Amino acid sequence: MRAARAVAAGLCAALLLAGCDAAEGPAKPFAGQSLDVAGTWTGAEQANFERVLRAFGDRTGARVRYTSGGGDLGVLVSGQVAAGVPFDVAMIPQPGVIARYAASGAAKPITGSAAEAVRTHFSPQWQRFGSVGDRLYGVYFKAANKSVIWYRGDAFTAAGVTPPATLDDLTTVSQTLVDAGTTAMAVPGADGWPLTDWFENLFLQLAGADAYDRLAARQLPWTDPAVVDTLRAMGRYWAAPRFLQGGPAGALQTTFTRSVADVFGQRPRAGMLYEGDFVTTEIARLGRYRIGDGARYFAWPSVDGTGGAIVAGGDAAVAFTDRPVTMALMAYLASPEAAAIMARRGGFLSVNLGLDAAVYPDATTRALAESLQRATTVRFDLSDMTPAGFGGGNGASMWRLLQEFLAAPGTDPATVAARLETAAAIAYGGA
Amino acid sequence: MARTARSWPAAWFLAPAVLLVGALVLYPIGQTVWWSFHDATGRGAVGGANYADVVTTPRIRQALFNNAVWILVAPNLVTAAGLLVAVLAQRVRRAAAVRVVLFMPMAISLVSAGITFRLVYDESPDRGVVNAVVVGVHDAFVPPAPYPGARARDGQGLVAGGGAVQTGRTVAAGETVLLPLLGLEPDRLPPTARPAPAPAPGAGIGGVVWSDFTAAGGRPGVIDPGELGLPQVEVEILRDGAVVARTRTAGDGTFRLPQLTGQGYVVRLTAANFTEPFAGLTWLGPALVTPAMIGVYIWVWAGFAMVLISVGSAAIPKETVEAARVDGAGDWQILRKVTVPLMRPVIVLVLLTLTVNVLKVFDLVLVVAPESAQGPASVLALEMWRSSFGDIGRASALGVLLLVLALPGVLFNVHRLRRSER
Repeated sequence: MRAARAVAAGLCAALLLAGCDAAEGPAKPFAGQSLDVAGTWTGAEQANFERVLRAFGDRTGARVRYTSGGGDLGVLVSGQVAAGVPFDVAMIPQPGVIARYAASGAAKPITGSAAEAVRTHFSPQWQRFGSVGDRLYGVYFKAANKSVIWYRGDAFTAAGVTPPATLDDLTTVSQTLVDAGTTAMAVPGADGWPLTDWFENLFLQLAGADAYDRLAARQLPWTDPAVVDTLRAMGRYWAAPRFLQGGPAGALQTTFTRSVADVFGQRPRAGMLYEGDFVTTEIARLGRYRIGDGARYFAWPSVDGTGGAIVAGGDAAVAFTDRPVTMALMAYLASPEAAAIMARRGGFLSVNLGLDAAVYPDATTRALAESLQRATTVRFDLSDMTPAGFGGGNGASMWRLLQEFLAAPGTDPATVAARLETAAAIAYGGA
Repeated sequence: MARTARSWPAAWFLAPAVLLVGALVLYPIGQTVWWSFHDATGRGAVGGANYADVVTTPRIRQALFNNAVWILVAPNLVTAAGLLVAVLAQRVRRAAAVRVVLFMPMAISLVSAGITFRLVYDESPDRGVVNAVVVGVHDAFVPPAPYPGARARDGQGLVAGGGAVQTGRTVAAGETVLLPLLGLEPDRLPPTARPAPAPAPGAGIGGVVWSDFTAAGGRPGVIDPGELGLPQVEVEILRDGAVVARTRTAGDGTFRLPQLTGQGYVVRLTAANFTEPFAGLTWLGPALVTPAMIGVYIWVWAGFAMVLISVGSAAIPKETVEAARVDGAGDWQILRKVTVPLMRPVIVLVLLTLTVNVLKVFDLVLVVAPESAQGPASVLALEMWRSSFGDIGRASALGVLLLVLALPGVLFNVHRLRRSER
């Protein structure tokens, strides 16, 4: 019942600009207008998102066209902005990028009914993630829980271990797995971003949310002892014999998809894989382990086992034009109804408060989504909040420096921290 | 007067070409040069700072170095391969079919070739065919160790050193030594492995080597029921640092050397038992990534060189070759003294074309080198592309640098073209 009302509310929000009068019947206020939307999604995700957009078109008469930028979305969007023909809406995964567009005036603040829809359906925390200063720019249509470690049930059974709650337990469990003849962890070091996620989770647990915020806001230098301690813990784990599949050198050759196959493929090798909720799609594709059965997850362990602190990510819808039809689409994307279309098909988490968790296709996805809602502390992926040259793209300095650290995990963490600080100084100075 | 009158129509006919060249070639070059003296946004003038930046940034210096390697190695190897194939293909029947097959990679884009070779060069011998061959050959000569990566359980009186595991104290005849090992994958134990028996006393020195891991309730250093003995472990007995006896464990992990008497023995499980398997080479790691990519480039372009050189060699008069043969020249001598000198113009043309082509190599690096090796594998064109999204000034400086480097080759080709027209 509650769900039904929420859906109705969402519909209203979408149609508010045209007047939401049930008696009037289905009006098509934007018939003949067209919208261009860009995002990173390809393949199945693209098909699902296009379904969401089609539903908007059916209701309002607007023609919505989706363009996928894949990993080069930033290039696509900035190119269109520079050419003076920006997309109406872009689904941007990095708050740092949103802030840049907000500062340059290319992104348009969310106003009117769209802003109202966001305030109704999103927690203050997620509204803040979408804001620059005190103005709202982004609707977090899709969210990611990046604080889960996936493990192979059979490997844990064979080693007689249970999911760890503390960081010390994680080391013990890893060692026991190794003793039982299984490599502990697969790390996709060939891609840079998983390493930044490692750092962020460990830093959030070891240094706490306040230090995390200050590091993200560049109030804390990268040479801070808390950063050095995090790097030390990370290096120690990476350097431990047989903890990493293929050792550090092998990890550097392992791409994201390979790392999933190393744990959940036809010839599984490692017992654990640290990556966000989006791994599920890949595990399902490999087909050997079932999510929730053979492939399970536990929350990223904390220092004292309390848990509840999560590193999150997400794609935010950002408007680059302020036409009424654009804002109507923004309002629609903030509605639980739009989220439900995509959530129903799996591989998608929403932080829309109005969304009924029952629409998720399986218990694991539902639990992941609920953990995002329930978490006491949610912090956005730190590297995504930094300038793109530092943390947000192929060849970015933070990615590269962490890869160099993985190549030689014995490096003095203070040296690595100093290099990060130098790189950050350049990136922030140039931004 | 007459001259002017005649040049008017010429100017009209030239105008479209001039416009096109101006708009698509000259204007972009001018704009790029102008930008190269400006800052990241392309507005503020910075003088030569971008060029200074280019030669001082380690990453770009690495790219310059890689470009030098590419230019020195790739065109020469491709031309040599093309020459060799062109000459050999003349000798076989169905030469045309051979040529077509060898030319086929040219029809594949460098990106597709790169993606294919990314798999070919994969580090894991299970996936990468190159490493599968390398490991296969290696293992044929050096059989892999039976228990790679296994280690002694801590706190059981065993010490590790140099990859081997040995007793920390000396043992005397009549003792049975317990040698518990960890880190053994149950599925990979030899099928002959049987449960380890309780240590039994006997003459001389004996012992049990077993996998001391039970998921629940296993006691460290104790042979729990179901724990498997490790067969075929190489055991050495030392006395005063010298090996006095050698044996291998039986199917249940036991061994016994009844001939030994007295005391002061050390039992050692040799390092050969535990050596990590040879996993091939990291082709796409920092050290080998550029040679590996040059290999792909040769695969793609050798056909091009071959076709041009074949055409060139067809133009060599048969009489010349026959005359040389009558004079007693061998195949090798004919190739070196007759064919190659006569084909020099074609070979130079191929070399130069490839040099200019190699300068702008970009897609191959982007696709083949994993993210972690993009720095060590980088080339100027890739750096230019990367910079262009954030720093138009530096990207332009790199573009100008590429242009300057390519100019000698281009000019030489133009010069040759003019000469042959005359």
